[in-house]
Amino acid sequence: MLLTPLQTFITILAVALGAMITRFVPFLLFPENKEQHPVVIYLGKMLPPAMIGLLVVYSLKSVDILGSAHGLPELLAILVITVVHVWKRNVLLSIGIGTALYMILVQFVF
Amino acid sequence: MSKNRYMEHRSALMAAFPHTIPVMTGYLVLGLAYGVLMQLNGYGAFWSVLMSLVAFCGSMQYAAITLLTSTFNPLQALLLSLTVNARHLFYGLSMLEKYRGLGKTRIFLIFALSDETFSISSSVLPPASINRKYFYFWISFLDYAYWSFGTLLGSMLGRLITFNTTGLDFVLTALFVVLFLDQIKTKVNLVSGLIGIFCTLVCLLLFGPNQFVIPSMVLILFVLMIGRKRLCC
Repeated sequence: MLLTPLQTFITILAVALGAMITRFVPFLLFPENKEQHPVVIYLGKMLPPAMIGLLVVYSLKSVDILGSAHGLPELLAILVITVVHVWKRNVLLSIGIGTALYMILVQFVF
Repeated sequence: MSKNRYMEHRSALMAAFPHTIPVMTGYLVLGLAYGVLMQLNGYGAFWSVLMSLVAFCGSMQYAAITLLTSTFNPLQALLLSLTVNARHLFYGLSMLEKYRGLGKTRIFLIFALSDETFSISSSVLPPASINRKYFYFWISFLDYAYWSFGTLLGSMLGRLITFNTTGLDFVLTALFVVLFLDQIKTKVNLVSGLIGIFCTLVCLLLFGPNQFVIPSMVLILFVLMIGRKRLCC
């Protein structure tokens, strides 16, 4: 521990404050008892698929395409998840198979 | 608590829990890794769990380890946290309608709106017989508890765990992929989802893996606004 306990505590509060500002601001800007502007309603409808798309890419950001595996474990696992999910539409099954396949690929194949 | 409310909570918990199983796996692994990493940098269970309980923001908590091991600078910590967590702004915009009229519980739901909780709560609908407020509460609370409990486990006995968990954190990528597939069932949602993937990929290539999220958000917003007339009202 390099910081004193008080400094550590303040740093934790600063990190939390930053996170909470980003979480609370939209709800403070657009309070629930007011009629929302059509643009806000439109964005509220359109953003979820777009942001989950962003999260898919975000969770893969450290994949090294130029590395020895060339991102193949990720690509294969995502393909299998997509096929299984479109076929069975069972969330836990798709995630379970995809994750197990990925673990086998990174631990034993690549 | 009255018997009625207890039963309502119970059935909401039963309905919510299966949706959170992938998050349980991912958060326990990543929370545990976080606890171990904090331990290695000289911060024991008390500090790690405090951070997880108070800030509850996975990737920023990892980034904050650097802050905790260099010169004291709370302003830098605040600014970094605002930048790393900026994507939450769009989660809030997405949840304005779903979290409307939920009373005091709403404050907790907003506090605990992580990437994973957002991706589940924006994708699934509570079953008709289930109290909507309790349903969202349990999804949020379970995710919050998994992360904090994982942190506690990691900082107490992390180094005792010997089986090979390499790749297990892929469970969260798998969750996002599956929820993405569930989201894009209508044509409008498909277009929006593809906008999200495409804009983020472009910004990842342009700005590199450490600074692409905010440019991606701006680009997504820009494209959605340009396409508003064609996509919607």
